[in-house]
Amino acid sequence: MMRIPKLIDRMDFSLMSPDEIRRVSVTKIITADTYDEDGYPIERGLMDSRLGVIDPGLRCRTCGARSGSCPGHFGHIELARPVVHVGYADTIHNCLRATCRKCGRISLPEPKLDDYRERIREMMAAGRKWWGVAHEVIRSASSVGKCPHCGEEKVKLKFEKPTAFVEGKNRLSPSDIRERLERITNDDALLLGINPKIARPEWTVLTALPVPPVTVRPSITLESGVRSEDDLTHKLVDIIRINQRLSENIGTGAPHLIVEDLWELLQYHVTTYFDNGVSGVPPARHRSGRILRTLAQRLRGKEGRFRGNLSGKRVDFSARTVISPDPNISINEIGVPEHIAKTLTIPVRVTEHNLEEVRNLIRRGPDIYPGANCMTSPDGKRYDLRYADREDLAKTVEPGFVVERHLTDGDILLFNRQPSLHRMSIMAHLAKILPGRTFRLNLSVCPPYNADFDGDEMNVHVPQSEEAQAEARILMGVQEQIISPRFGGPIIGGIQDHITGAYLLTRKGTRLTREQAQQLLAAVGLFVALPKPAVREGGAGYWTGKQIFSMLLPKGLNLTFKAKICENCTRCKKEECPIDAYVVIRDGQLIHGVIDARSYKALERCEVLDRIVKDYGTTIAREFLDRTTKLSIAAAVMLGFTTGIDDEDIPPEAKERIEEVLEEAGARVNKLIEVYNAGELEPLPGRSLRETLEMRIMGVLAESRDRAGGIAEKYLGLDNHAVIMARTGARGSMLNLTQMAACVGQQSVRGERLSRGYKGRALPHFKPGELGAEARGFVESNYKDGLKPLEFFFHAMGGREGLVDTAVRTAQSGYMQRRLINALQDLRVEYDNTVRDGRGAVVQFMYGEDGVDPARSDNGKAVNVEKIIERTIGG
Amino acid sequence: MGNTSKEFDIRLHVLVPKHEVLPKEEAREVLERYKVAPHQLPLIKSTDPAAKAIGAKHGDIIKITRNSPTAGKAIAYRYVIER
Ligand SMILES: [Mg+2]
Ligand SMILES: [Zn+2]
Ligand SMILES: [Zn+2]
Ligand SMILES: [Zn+2]
Repeated sequence: MMRIPKLIDRMDFSLMSPDEIRRVSVTKIITADTYDEDGYPIERGLMDSRLGVIDPGLRCRTCGARSGSCPGHFGHIELARPVVHVGYADTIHNCLRATCRKCGRISLPEPKLDDYRERIREMMAAGRKWWGVAHEVIRSASSVGKCPHCGEEKVKLKFEKPTAFVEGKNRLSPSDIRERLERITNDDALLLGINPKIARPEWTVLTALPVPPVTVRPSITLESGVRSEDDLTHKLVDIIRINQRLSENIGTGAPHLIVEDLWELLQYHVTTYFDNGVSGVPPARHRSGRILRTLAQRLRGKEGRFRGNLSGKRVDFSARTVISPDPNISINEIGVPEHIAKTLTIPVRVTEHNLEEVRNLIRRGPDIYPGANCMTSPDGKRYDLRYADREDLAKTVEPGFVVERHLTDGDILLFNRQPSLHRMSIMAHLAKILPGRTFRLNLSVCPPYNADFDGDEMNVHVPQSEEAQAEARILMGVQEQIISPRFGGPIIGGIQDHITGAYLLTRKGTRLTREQAQQLLAAVGLFVALPKPAVREGGAGYWTGKQIFSMLLPKGLNLTFKAKICENCTRCKKEECPIDAYVVIRDGQLIHGVIDARSYKALERCEVLDRIVKDYGTTIAREFLDRTTKLSIAAAVMLGFTTGIDDEDIPPEAKERIEEVLEEAGARVNKLIEVYNAGELEPLPGRSLRETLEMRIMGVLAESRDRAGGIAEKYLGLDNHAVIMARTGARGSMLNLTQMAACVGQQSVRGERLSRGYKGRALPHFKPGELGAEARGFVESNYKDGLKPLEFFFHAMGGREGLVDTAVRTAQSGYMQRRLINALQDLRVEYDNTVRDGRGAVVQFMYGEDGVDPARSDNGKAVNVEKIIERTIGG
Repeated sequence: MGNTSKEFDIRLHVLVPKHEVLPKEEAREVLERYKVAPHQLPLIKSTDPAAKAIGAKHGDIIKITRNSPTAGKAIAYRYVIER
């Protein structure tokens, strides 16, 4: 039976008094030695067997338990002279400067103190902290010149970090400090932020030092048989040695100076024992020169006890490997290598119904794939299937046993990619066991994980209990996450070739033979009859791509919108759009327009996918996405799609015109500089002449680059594959293309033209103060023809800023995100639509002020009136 | 009512939403509606300029009506604490 030895109902964090240190101590430690020649722990040494046991087989002399069940016990060292505890140096400083050096009272008049006391009493009653008041007391008391209680003048106190205090010219010894702290009354201590029921100010100066149990600082025996001690033990050895020398010197009446020196050394060792990273103190080192890892280092930082062990636990039932793409599996699935499937297991309870199945699993054992690794009988006995006679065990199993079987197709898994910045960084997938060594994932789930395949690795976790599995399926399933709660649009959707393929298929003029149409449907896995052909010619029927695409759309879907390729003509020709950018879908038939990024690209305002998720549910949306992506890829393969550097070719006459434009730009810039030099430049409001000139030049150059780009664009039409990718939103932009074809443009650092490097210029090739386009980083070449040497250098200058920016930004935003998540982690929306924190305190009285979940609404609105009207009167 | 500043009433500023002290009965209703103790409401100091302007005292509950980009109008309650 479970016995509860003690019930905790309250915890206080407080200081340990010297008496308490002695009380919990099982022995006083007096010798710095650890083991004798025979390897036994020395009595009253740092490894005294009363401090607990780590060697298996030995018994603890305090509790009698063996290693593993003995928790370890504290000892203590009697310090020959008191020392300051570094962790409380600030507290000590506050106490000293707020109190009188003679009478020990807080240097404020009695009535004022009573006032503060009253305030603190109230706050204590309300269960609140009174640090704020304590700080006020300290601040006002330390600025007082004369003690209002005894009239003693205050002497200036200087805190020499980390542990020394100098009063006037006198350096206070820890003994002096302790004496002063002792004089502070309990009532005054309260005002200084110390609850006297729990702690006394003088306990911040140590007279006895607790020695942690050996279980906290185990020694390790190396293969060579040499014992290696823990860093804490090393530090404690130092403390004991110096303590011993100090007490001997005091005993023999050694000169004051020697005692002082040893005392200071003791202070150093105790300080570094607590924290070996205090600024102003050289860190204590191991003989090898390695910096010792003492108490504070064990707790602090990323690998410390808190972030490393308490918030960052290691888990069982998980796997990690490289990811690679698989366009043939569903977005709901994940390909798991067989090797991993044989290592990760799921517990199955044996019943009459699955008995035969389980027996087969046991017979196959851990090495033949769909098998099992382990089984447990109802009385808790475990059988490892690796070493047992499996035929025998298969006969013994009966209902009530639990068998740990291999992962199989359809098992639910949690899939994760770090950094886990949002909810969709961990989603539930269905296992699909595949050959190979990598996890396989559908390309549509790359955006939520922010994954690519340049060597990314991901983790899998196997929920073990039925509840966990059910929860993962219902709440965390990939298809449930298609719409991001961040912006209310799809975060899972088509990417790259999915978009190009759909465009190629659905654009005007795509005509498919029966064979082609059926080939496409087969690729999708849709085995249904073709509709009536759109065109009949020479006895054969031909189908449009729109017809095939429409077969994937759900019946009853009505939509009208403008595609991504729309040129935003001043007067839209709607159905007559020359580039087919006006999309009309009626009852699930794509009548006009092309399918591109605007229809189903992830992270985009995509009309079709968004509508399907919200009107038809996630299962139909998932099917749509699985099929559409497959269809698009098959279409791109069938119709042919490729791109190369010649996609950025433009005819010689275009090159000439671009050159003219750029030449003219250079001339205009020179003209501006002339005007400026002549002092005739008209300043822009609120700008200096120099700034005005810069802005005008930048304006001229930017406009010229755009004009150069515009000339190139005239020759880059929708028959160009690179342009198809850019215009449909599949990949790249027209800017990327015109930078390749026409002109790269101005390079900048911090939003300004390049000017730093040499005196008054960016490179020694120019005159100091030269302001022309060329001298300040305007790249008039294009990427395809190549940059001139100086342009290349300027380009590198601008490019570096981008790299530095991203590095700095990720570090900063990462830290900000950490703090934000820490602050918000236990907020939740309650059933009354209020947002509350872990204490039940209200944060918002109505979630988002309107109570609307962006992931389940249209454009963040509770109702989409237009849609309802369109649906009612029939669009 | 304690509008301390003679020159300017902050309540007139566009960025200051409407603050009102709830009558005791309504305050009780609010606590009942949200099933909270006063301290579980968002807090506001009695020295807050907006609280001073309407003369709110320790223990009062202030009703704040804000313009909201999502809901048009949003109502929040804050419990007045000392200092
Ligand atoms: Mg990568
Ligand atoms: Zn023990
Ligand atoms: Zn005094
Ligand atoms: Zn148009």
